[in-house]
Amino acid sequence: MPRSVVADSLGVGVATGAYGVSFGALATTSGLDVWQACALSLLVFTGASQFAFVGVIAAGGAPLAGAATSILLGSRNLFYGIGLAPVLRLRGWRRVVGAQIVIDESTAMALGQRDRDDARLAFRLTGWSIFVLWNLMTLAGALAGTAIGDPRTFGLDAAVGGAFLALLWPRLTAVPQRVVAVVGAAVATGLVPFTAAGLPIILGGAVAVCVGLLLRAPDASHRATPAERAEGQVGRKEERP
Amino acid sequence: MIWVGIIVTAVGCYALKLGGLSVPDRVLTRPLTQRVALLIPPALLGALIAVQVLADGQRLVIDARLAGLGAAVVLLLLRAPFLVVVAGAALTAAVLRLL
Repeated sequence: MPRSVVADSLGVGVATGAYGVSFGALATTSGLDVWQACALSLLVFTGASQFAFVGVIAAGGAPLAGAATSILLGSRNLFYGIGLAPVLRLRGWRRVVGAQIVIDESTAMALGQRDRDDARLAFRLTGWSIFVLWNLMTLAGALAGTAIGDPRTFGLDAAVGGAFLALLWPRLTAVPQRVVAVVGAAVATGLVPFTAAGLPIILGGAVAVCVGLLLRAPDASHRATPAERAEGQVGRKEERP
Repeated sequence: MIWVGIIVTAVGCYALKLGGLSVPDRVLTRPLTQRVALLIPPALLGALIAVQVLADGQRLVIDARLAGLGAAVVLLLLRAPFLVVVAGAALTAAVLRLL
């Protein structure tokens, strides 16, 4: 259903891209100039890492300490890339360019699709719509400082949570997926107070995948059916209801 | 010096993104890789939802976002379309914050 893929991807793109305004405003109030705020959004383009960099600078940390924190948080994009690679199968310059939009939302939207064409479409539309809007809104936020209102007033933070849940929902029809999702959520929640922002997601996801592998390991007699293998190829499981 | 930090961050973050996409085919077709690839989406989505809804920096808070997620659950049970679920979550949180 390409039409729904287009609408869904652009919807997530708008809701997420609007957050750029809060980053731009926060960056300039933390001591960065407008160019530096815009350079971070253009070149780094992964929200949690950008906020972390600005946070370290605001706290009086060294720029390289900010860079280290930022890159550590960006490590989850490595795992997103591994999940996306068999679905997108990008080659050459498409991979070089596409890599820049490997982020939370484009990954979630791509892996939520039924087939490979839809996944590619969702990845591109979500990623690039966020990229364009995120950068424009960063500029607006940086120029306006804190004058522009908080996107939370419009519930945009809750919208992203709702979008992730809507993507997860159709995958919960089998027991291993349910267990893995709940373990991921529980471990991530438990780690929030004790680890730097961004780490709970990657650690929660990693622990949940390990638990999922243990769940299936003892049952050596169960081989994946051809259909399951095909779905595995495109990184996809259940169909939407 | 801030520019040095920005460039280092940009190079590092881009390398991680490109690195994930560049894992070779023969690794991707291994059964273990395929099982892991199948488990990664629900694992990360579960973790993303929890952090998105409950975390405020390093604190856990219960606020309008959780109500928004509750609204999303109800709408999903009613088999509402994706954008209705997203808009419902946003509207619920926005209205609660107005009160």
